[in-house]
Amino acid sequence: MLGLLGQATRGFGALAAAAAIAVTMGMGVAKAQETIKVGILHSLSGTMAISETTLKDAMLMLIEEQNKKGGLLGKKLEAVVVDPASNWPLFAEKARELITKDKVAAVFGCWTSVSRKSVLPVFKELNNILFYPVQYEGEESERNVFYTGAAPNQQAIPAVDYLANEEKVERWVLAGTDYVYPRTTNKILEAYLKSRGVKAEDIMINYTPFGHSDWQTIVSDIKKFGSAGKKTAVVSTINGDANVPFYKELANQGIKATDIPVVAFSVGEEELAGIDTKPLVGHLAAWNYFMSIDTPENKDFIAKWHAFTKDPKRVTNDPMEAHYIGFNMWVKAVEKAGTTDQDKVIAALPGIKQANLTGGVSEMLPNHHITKPVFIGEIESNGQFDVVWKTKDLIPGEAWSKYLEGSKNLVADWVKLNCGNFDSVKNVCLSAAK
Amino acid sequence: MMRLRLPVPPALARLLALPLLALLLLAVLVPVGAVRAQGQGDISAIVAKFANDSYSDTSDALAQLAATGSAQAAAVVDALNAGQLVFDPATKSVFIRTPAGVLDASTGAAVANPPANLSVVRANNRVRRAIDAAAGALSLLHPDPARRADAAAAVFKSRDAAALGTVEAAIAKETVPAVKEALEQARAAILVGKAEVSEAERRLAVQKITARGDQEAISLLRSLPADAPASLKAAAEAGIAKVEQNLRFWAVAQNVWYGLSLGSVLLLAAIGLAITFGVMGVINMAHGEMVMLGAYTTFVVQDVIRNSAPQLFDWSLAIALPLAFLFTALVGILIERTVIRFLYGRPLETLLATWGVSLILQQAVRSVFGPTNQEVGAPSWMSGAFQVGQLSITYNRLWIIVFALLVFFALLLVLKRTPLGLYVRAVTQNRRMAAAMGIRTGRIDALTFGLGSGIAGIAGVALSQIDNVSPNLGQGYIIDSFMVVVFGGVGNLWGTLVGAFTLGIANKLLEPFAGAVLGKILLLVFIILFIQKRPRGLFALKGRAVES
Repeated sequence: MLGLLGQATRGFGALAAAAAIAVTMGMGVAKAQETIKVGILHSLSGTMAISETTLKDAMLMLIEEQNKKGGLLGKKLEAVVVDPASNWPLFAEKARELITKDKVAAVFGCWTSVSRKSVLPVFKELNNILFYPVQYEGEESERNVFYTGAAPNQQAIPAVDYLANEEKVERWVLAGTDYVYPRTTNKILEAYLKSRGVKAEDIMINYTPFGHSDWQTIVSDIKKFGSAGKKTAVVSTINGDANVPFYKELANQGIKATDIPVVAFSVGEEELAGIDTKPLVGHLAAWNYFMSIDTPENKDFIAKWHAFTKDPKRVTNDPMEAHYIGFNMWVKAVEKAGTTDQDKVIAALPGIKQANLTGGVSEMLPNHHITKPVFIGEIESNGQFDVVWKTKDLIPGEAWSKYLEGSKNLVADWVKLNCGNFDSVKNVCLSAAK
Repeated sequence: MMRLRLPVPPALARLLALPLLALLLLAVLVPVGAVRAQGQGDISAIVAKFANDSYSDTSDALAQLAATGSAQAAAVVDALNAGQLVFDPATKSVFIRTPAGVLDASTGAAVANPPANLSVVRANNRVRRAIDAAAGALSLLHPDPARRADAAAAVFKSRDAAALGTVEAAIAKETVPAVKEALEQARAAILVGKAEVSEAERRLAVQKITARGDQEAISLLRSLPADAPASLKAAAEAGIAKVEQNLRFWAVAQNVWYGLSLGSVLLLAAIGLAITFGVMGVINMAHGEMVMLGAYTTFVVQDVIRNSAPQLFDWSLAIALPLAFLFTALVGILIERTVIRFLYGRPLETLLATWGVSLILQQAVRSVFGPTNQEVGAPSWMSGAFQVGQLSITYNRLWIIVFALLVFFALLLVLKRTPLGLYVRAVTQNRRMAAAMGIRTGRIDALTFGLGSGIAGIAGVALSQIDNVSPNLGQGYIIDSFMVVVFGGVGNLWGTLVGAFTLGIANKLLEPFAGAVLGKILLLVFIILFIQKRPRGLFALKGRAVES
């Protein structure tokens, strides 16, 4: 950054370019020696900008808050924002740039699983820290990554339990977009449903391409599947943009939430903000946080968010809370370690406790996942969720699913075993054995 | 203050169950006249439960209200459904909040000085189901036939045995044949599952349900109780087979209809491209963004209407159409004059330049409106559906088909019957000859590109009704549009029409067997093979200009 600025003074064109970069970085250019840099790796353009821009803003707010409290280790924090533009290989490039050029202490970022997989080798090679704030399919635990979003046992499985126990659902449609998160989640759910005694003919699995907009055939298939005389529900891992036409088509064909409820894992306050929610009322979502949850911490967070964005209508959502927890855990771990040195912070993180926004205290576990409560909410006409069910305690995140062959014997423990995929039957660490 | 579903304590449940059971028995056993007379009773004890703010108490209260059959009970259920039922948390009294004023829920009398802090009685799915059932049972004798038909459908769904007496009373009084049929079906739905009804009558009920011939009939017949007599089960099986036979025929009709609908969307998306790419030969990667700009124009128009003249909302699409056309046509002309005109005859550079333009437009919209979806509402005449046999046809899809055809024929008229169309054809067929005849070819190029872009813009107005209005809207349509134009034959509008509907129907006939992902792949493979055989598409242009 400093180098860039130095060159920039030599010519007006370059100056403009540097100014543009400084603006996108949100914080401008400060003296590097006195600050701790924090990387923010979220897409600000392209398809994923719809979800990720908010997380960039949330991180800027958290960093500003921390600086108001006096920074970290006596230094100010400085955000370095880059735009990987929803382009998966660019994620890896930008991650490398953040670590080698900007020398950031930790990176907060990524949304899709494919972007996380694309930056993994970079974080391992350059030994830095990534906080990943989005619910994902599990089946992963890396030394350099901390997963603050929900693992399948913290979102998908409790949602299915709720439908089976409270709504007495016996027939299941697993509908998803055709990529890694829905495919793995549905594999886990299928195995789980079968272990609950659901027969194969009572499960319908359906995949659609990204951005699918013509749902007529699939919705009428769901309607047909739901007319077998048993209560039917849809478990939706349909991704972002394809959801709206899906719900609209459900309403068009007269399927109400009281007939066939849809529980979604990718529809939150942010996604509902831009659409007419009337056809969606009563459908469900499973998350670890809802904006409507009434706790002092959450009220305070929402007030700060509105003040920071200068927009009293901006909503908060689950991945924002994940960043809130993750960022504060990192701050505590750095304070505990007394340094931002990555090895020491990685060692300090497990066991760190941080109050979440829903009244509980989340803990970073040795498998680099955190404990979270699970909430089921019904969509209300104002675009918010009415919580109808919650787990009694916080659920520890499981990196490896109990219900999948090939993963049920695996254990992730970076404290005692120093291994992300320890095979408890063969007594060997698979990644070390390779 | 999280609201969780609280289980009712067992003692309380028993306490509630007793009077409920008595009421149920009353409703079933007491003759019709008595049901209605008893309906004039006091409902204040039941209504008071709504103030408990518990989902299970609300559901219980609804069931009890349904059993009273009183007119005030119907008003309470309607108010709850509309979100107008409120209670005072301090005094636990329940009111109905109407635009005219606050009414006492148990008597319907106006309240002079209503308390200030009223909270709404909330509903979840379980409560909503109870509302549907209660509203069904209570409005079976409603003066409006449409409400009676809805009520009959609700009872058919809920199969609430408590409603049987009222259903039979309603059948006796009913004069409208369609409503009577619906009521008889509702009665059959109740009877078929009741063990104490004679087997002959239950078999008659099965026949009645079979005659409905739809998915819900199958659903009902499949859910017969396990202890039903064998002969009844056999009759139900036969009924299911018959209905399924009938539905197989309708399934084909349905797929063709879905195909027409998808075809019309493809046609709308592709028709502008048929001008810019088909007629002018510009590989226009920014075509999708013109569609997107049209959709955003609709959003802006609706936003202005919502804020300044809400009564015009049903006209918002009609107002947006000319504006979207003008705006996108202007943007198109601007792009043609500043970028594309320097690149005629250099397809690769055009492709890259227009792709760049598309990225610029997307990011510009993202910066102005933000990355999230914008809400575009549906005017009332585009909402809802109607039934043709077992085929449910939604108004928005129907209007989009009509609109796509209108746009197509209007464009055809412009090209074939107006001086502009004549010039366009002259310039695209033989530019130098046209120039020699005194046509200002540069101006015609700009206008043609503007026309194609404008058509894409009005397609965006229609597509805003069925898709997300987001900066990425256009990307979803660009590949499909090129597919349609290339398949139909470059330079031929009729080819675009036939191509769009062929691909739409083929896609929808494949989808039930192959799934959405594989269906699309199969379709692409088919087009690749087809292009090998007929490189110029379905309707190839012939003539010297084409060959050269």
